[in-house]
Amino acid sequence: MYRYDSYDHALVAERVAQFRDQTRRYLAGELTDDEFRPLRLQNGLYIQRHAPMLRVAVPYGLLSSRQLRMLAHIARKHDRGYGHFTTRQNIQYNWPRLEETPDILALLAEVEMHAIQTSGNCIRNITTDHFAGVAADEIIDPRPLAEILRQWSTFHPEFAYLPRKFKIALNGAEADRAAVLLHDIGLHVIRNASGETGLRVIVGGGMGRTPIVGHVIREFLPWRHMLTYCEAILRVYNRYGRRDNIYKARIKILVKALGIEEFARQVEAEWEIARKDSPAIITQEEFDRVAAHFEPQAYESLPEMDASYVQSLADSRSFSRWAERNVHPHRRAGYASVTLSLKKTGVPPGDATDAQMDFVADLADRYSFGELRVSHEQNLILADVRKRDLFALWQAAKSQGLATPNVGLLTNIVCCPGGDFCSLANAKSIPIAEAIQRRFDDLDYLHDIGELDLNISGCMNSCGHHHIGHIGILGVDKQGAEFYQVSIGGRQGNQAALGQVIGPSFAASDMPDVVAKLIDTYIGERHEDELFVDTVQRIGVAPFKAGVYGNAKEVAHA
Amino acid sequence: MPERVIRGRRVENDVWQAIGQPHGDATQPLPQGPVLVPLAYWREHRDLLAARRQPIGVWLAPADDPAAIADDLGRFSVVAIHFPKFTDGRGYSTAALLRTRYGYRGELRAFGDVGRDQLFYLARCGFDSFKLAPHHDPEAALASFTDFSVRYQGSVDDPVPLFRKRAVAGRIAR
Repeated sequence: MYRYDSYDHALVAERVAQFRDQTRRYLAGELTDDEFRPLRLQNGLYIQRHAPMLRVAVPYGLLSSRQLRMLAHIARKHDRGYGHFTTRQNIQYNWPRLEETPDILALLAEVEMHAIQTSGNCIRNITTDHFAGVAADEIIDPRPLAEILRQWSTFHPEFAYLPRKFKIALNGAEADRAAVLLHDIGLHVIRNASGETGLRVIVGGGMGRTPIVGHVIREFLPWRHMLTYCEAILRVYNRYGRRDNIYKARIKILVKALGIEEFARQVEAEWEIARKDSPAIITQEEFDRVAAHFEPQAYESLPEMDASYVQSLADSRSFSRWAERNVHPHRRAGYASVTLSLKKTGVPPGDATDAQMDFVADLADRYSFGELRVSHEQNLILADVRKRDLFALWQAAKSQGLATPNVGLLTNIVCCPGGDFCSLANAKSIPIAEAIQRRFDDLDYLHDIGELDLNISGCMNSCGHHHIGHIGILGVDKQGAEFYQVSIGGRQGNQAALGQVIGPSFAASDMPDVVAKLIDTYIGERHEDELFVDTVQRIGVAPFKAGVYGNAKEVAHA
Repeated sequence: MPERVIRGRRVENDVWQAIGQPHGDATQPLPQGPVLVPLAYWREHRDLLAARRQPIGVWLAPADDPAAIADDLGRFSVVAIHFPKFTDGRGYSTAALLRTRYGYRGELRAFGDVGRDQLFYLARCGFDSFKLAPHHDPEAALASFTDFSVRYQGSVDDPVPLFRKRAVAGRIAR
């Protein structure tokens, strides 16, 4: 993984010193709340329901065991013994004290981490495929370009006070596992007809209040121009994005208002002038320098199948069930990637205790070259595990509640912190997730339902990505009471689509029944081997609506 | 007490008076001495302003396009960019365009809701003159210019990104 040199170390140390002084001036009354707010936000610090919330950047989701141990230490020393892994591959602490934040940032700097631009109206953490570097369908490993983007976006002086937040995702494989269609800028690595590597550039996608699938603004961008082109997009956005209404300030609204053709014309005109002889054109030398940090691990030469693994699969139903869901193919023979689930029923999705983090760090050291990834589905991933170690790894993970065999299934719920923690939320989300998980606790039934993404957001900001859930649940406020709106048919990936709302919203206590009725309709209608979302696409929303509302719908409308 | 401005990393008395909203009434006769006029005023009264035989400056609001003064840049002693709110970042792009695309070499001033915590980024985008909001101490603010010794990306102050310097440093080390 990328290791800091003296420049990176100096920059992060100077940031800690800067924020320490800003915090001191704020506490001394020299900075007003309004002046301090953007400064603390650009260091990941929100003021939340109970205490400040600190969001730490995990660049493109990659962590070393040493970094994870530091995150555990911070959870123990400065929080209440846990952290929350987010849908943007970061980690949040819910209970730090403002006064201690500079010390936390200093601890992070010790392990080459920071909280820079994890919030605020600036370029946020770059996200990518959690199987980067090990996926079989990869064109190139996206991480070197993601690191180059990280450095370019860090303290970019022109784009620190944008109209609104700005998220960039990068995908290096054919299958999109980074939601490039749903970001302010999505970069999808492609090869053109002459075999050159480049990027398909997508702009103006996003979820939130106005969900929009992004538009392709350029079919093929030479990778060396990744930074010059992003600068052109950002300059047009910074100058012309709306600033009069926070809900209409994202780049997607500008793209929609101008139309993609006109927006593209402006960007291309800007790029045409700015790119000429630009020193921001990435050099092969720089690419090679960064890429050297992401060389393949020192893999052993192994046979594709391991006899002891095959035996264990045959011997243990619960192991084979876990392997079916939580073990993923790897490009090297004899290796696999493993999802350690943070979706155990009764635990808020994405939460991990300090003890679990220390334990996973040990697992990473023992089984996966001391590295791990955070997935946007809020799980942890050991990317490089020998197949012969899978059984021992499963047993160890199980002992710490990290082996729920539900990846890709209904109970692998993606969920924001919701009204229990977040001051933006309209409604709670964690208790809804838990109630649904309890309803679907029968593993055989769960596996029979098959792959199903269920996403819950506590408000329109859609941190739980409910728009792209096969079933999406959104918390809404109705005259001070919490209700839940349900959509179906959303999906992530290359065919990304936004879900359709099925009708009037429900009380919290109805939610497990509503989901059960959706599943009943699906079971009744599905063709063999057809996923829930494919059935929705084939037959439409109406049968599901009828299944859920029956006559009650007329009552609700009355 | 005269108003203070940071120029060339030093605090000086400010000789310029800005006119036009929100800095006074542009319909009144111009005051004596150097004045900063809004873009619309410049467009309407450029001959009158030239006839005054006093230094002239123009100031741009966030939505003003710097292309509008591209041909006149030689006539200004100061171009100022107004920040009604420090969170409105349009002025950073305006400054970068003035310095790079339109080749402006004179004094480029940030004024309005500008505080010390913006100085590092403003200077990188080409500003060399800063009139801070009244409650900010300009002397104390000077320290902020050196908040960072490392800059990853190129900008107006130094267009060469760190990665090209790393390469050179690496070659020397080898």
